[in-house]
Amino acid sequence: MTSERSRETFRHDGRIVVVGASLAGLRAAEALRDEGFTGSLTLVGDEACEPYDRPPLSKQVLTGWVPADGTALPRRREIDAEWLLGVPASGLDLAGKRVELADGREVPFDRLLIATGVRARPWADRAEAALDGVFVVRTRDDSGRLWERLAAGPGRVLVIGAGFAGSEIASVCRERDIPVTVAETAEAPLVGALGSMVGSIAANLQRAHGVDLRCGVKVTRLEGDERGRVRRAHLSDGGTVDADVVVVALGGVRNTEWLRDSGLAAGVWGVACDSGCRAFDVNGLVTDDVFVAGDVARCPHPVYEYRFLSLEHWANAVEQAQVAAHNMVSSPTDRWPHLSMPAFWSMQFGVNIKSVGVPVLSDEVVVTQGSVEEHRFVAAYGYRGRVTAAVSFDNAKWLDHYRHLIETAAPFPPSCPTPDQPADMKPVPAHFPNSVIITQGATVVVTGYEPSERRVAFARPGG
Amino acid sequence: MTVTQASSTFQRILDHSSRADPYPLYAELRRTPVARQEDGGYIVSTYREITALLHDPHVSSDTDNLHDPGPSVAIRGDSPAFIGLDPPQHDRLRRMAMRYFGPPHSPTLIDDMRPDLNAIVTNLIDNLVSKDEIDVVDDFAYPFPVTVICHLLGVPREDEPRFHGWVEAIVALLDFNPATDPEDRMREGVRAREDLRAYLAELLESRRGRPPGNDLLSRLANDDGPDGRMTDEEIVSTANLLLIAGHETTVNLITNGALTLLRHPDVLERLRREPGMIVRTVEELLRYEPPVQLILWRAAYSDLTVAGTTIPKGSRITLVLASGNRDPSYFRDPDRFDPDRRDNQHLGFGGGVHLCFGAPLARLETQIALNELFRNLESPRLVADPPPYRQSAVLRGPRHLLVRQE
Repeated sequence: MTSERSRETFRHDGRIVVVGASLAGLRAAEALRDEGFTGSLTLVGDEACEPYDRPPLSKQVLTGWVPADGTALPRRREIDAEWLLGVPASGLDLAGKRVELADGREVPFDRLLIATGVRARPWADRAEAALDGVFVVRTRDDSGRLWERLAAGPGRVLVIGAGFAGSEIASVCRERDIPVTVAETAEAPLVGALGSMVGSIAANLQRAHGVDLRCGVKVTRLEGDERGRVRRAHLSDGGTVDADVVVVALGGVRNTEWLRDSGLAAGVWGVACDSGCRAFDVNGLVTDDVFVAGDVARCPHPVYEYRFLSLEHWANAVEQAQVAAHNMVSSPTDRWPHLSMPAFWSMQFGVNIKSVGVPVLSDEVVVTQGSVEEHRFVAAYGYRGRVTAAVSFDNAKWLDHYRHLIETAAPFPPSCPTPDQPADMKPVPAHFPNSVIITQGATVVVTGYEPSERRVAFARPGG
Repeated sequence: MTVTQASSTFQRILDHSSRADPYPLYAELRRTPVARQEDGGYIVSTYREITALLHDPHVSSDTDNLHDPGPSVAIRGDSPAFIGLDPPQHDRLRRMAMRYFGPPHSPTLIDDMRPDLNAIVTNLIDNLVSKDEIDVVDDFAYPFPVTVICHLLGVPREDEPRFHGWVEAIVALLDFNPATDPEDRMREGVRAREDLRAYLAELLESRRGRPPGNDLLSRLANDDGPDGRMTDEEIVSTANLLLIAGHETTVNLITNGALTLLRHPDVLERLRREPGMIVRTVEELLRYEPPVQLILWRAAYSDLTVAGTTIPKGSRITLVLASGNRDPSYFRDPDRFDPDRRDNQHLGFGGGVHLCFGAPLARLETQIALNELFRNLESPRLVADPPPYRQSAVLRGPRHLLVRQE
């Protein structure tokens, strides 16, 4: 009874702070109001501008179709929030229930949502990264600056990394008739996410559109001229690429540094949480008042053997934010698990690529519909005889069916004939180069002997 | 529910006497989401099962894959349009037609038609405002989309009296029942199909080689896109489909919309004050009174399972879209007309790869038509409720909708 009353008090007069004012943060704030939360709501964001959408930043903004400042997220409702923008959070005092901001302010909360997302992984060499003409693309300022440089008509663009962002940027260059070289350490583009078979199709697609694609090479050094402008890249195979624009597209770094001493399970892998979005503390115990959503969250998925997944997908941010918001203001018996199927899309070289499920958690892949030669097909992924994912090239409208197959643990390969089935439908090994993605270096140590005293601490480099 | 009951419910839905309000019958159907009929066909009436089948690659739209095609053979003909084909042929033809209709090659075509649509509507309404009594169908909802589709396709508007009869006879084929309907109706429909195709083939011939005009027929006749050029047969089939669909569906959407708004004066009043509300009002109309009520013919390409029922290869599958739109397990309070409904993922345009080709045009036409009609009519009220309905259970809508104004 008491807890019921305190929950009602919280719903009316509580204080919720959302750290991270992008897609997940905004949607969570809207969902909190939809759920009837009438207390105080504060959004903290490190960028000064209002929340904006990121998918267009590597596509429509770079082609010039949409201006960089034209991607503000639509507001689905009034949220009546206090916005603390342009200042990052720098710390979290869990016991005192306060978020510390970089400018020294402190923001008290009853419940906290962490949605600080990911930033672009910078080029490792700082001096080289600082050369004029070296870009990353994560924020709208990044994208706006790159657009300007592309509009000036560079002689050649070098894209380092052929994941989705890198491939999209290369695609924009070709669309704008700008010569482009793509350097990728793996054997083909997109292999990290979609495996070798689809990767080789992506490689054909890039080459067919005039991309100078170099796979299996590393960029070892960027060279500038006397005026500090980038001019040349040196490759691990001894080759060089002359380019006046270099785009570093090497994925993201999760924004968890501010949580380093907070006692939460936060690190390079993200902030671990249960499927109800409640954060784990460093010992792996679930907390009650701290929630996580979006790119920074690392959450177990029952369909994938309860493995913890970090998903940098637009739809994941939206769906997880809604679940987190619901659970933040609901009773323990009314908690929702975040069980939606991961899904993402990309647009490159005139092809709509869309995926459902988790392709990396598979051992085989088979083209089930369409034609690989025409770059129009659906491929299903399987793990030990059940369907775990599917990817489509210009065939997205079928994916609902495959989502259903994944959710119902349907057998792999799917066997019944369809009208558009390839003549030779044979599964091949999925082959992901870095299929062990769980750990990224030593992160914790365990201390103590008795069950009552055993605890986890983060391993600190050098002590 | 037994097989016989499901069959008889469906027979009652097809019967013209149910046309004004089939919704209680749909509710009866939904008690058996996937119901086998006496003739071996399956009727699917619940939202989630319909959407599953719309996205199921084992469901074919080509009636050649039916064990017992029945009258669908006559409707299909030898060179079906993409609505009656499967990938990859469907995808290729639809893609080629889309080059001149929407994104990515013609992203602004529909929006650029706005001034023309407004002008056509204004012209029609000018002739109505002084009348005490109007027929929304004959005076407005029919001539508007017909003018638009003729313009878009490059079919002379003055030929309308010629092809109007053909189109009616073809539509009458859609729900032809050999057990109860006179054989003449089938013969008439087949002949009309041949006549309309011959008419379009003639038009096509006149477009060939000339500097391409802005109409779809000219462009298809002279196209050399990445997929090559459609054959003459394919162009005729495509034009045939777009002409029929473009003028037998939007008329019902507009008329059903006018009727529904007149039955909900509170919504109508809000709409007059707040014209921007028309966008979600039309979406709700597509749910509440969809112009295409059901997809009669889909075929199980191989054995498939839905909601625990296995449908054997070659079976006919009927998807009752309008019933899915009223499924209480998906839509809250489904029998309420509520333009404020959120996340309204109705089945008004079908779904999957066959999602209505003309949807963007139908939306814009209906938004403009209803806003302008009710902005100009003075205290309109229905003369008869329910109004008389057209024959078709598939393309359902009033034959006349008489409205009196002050």
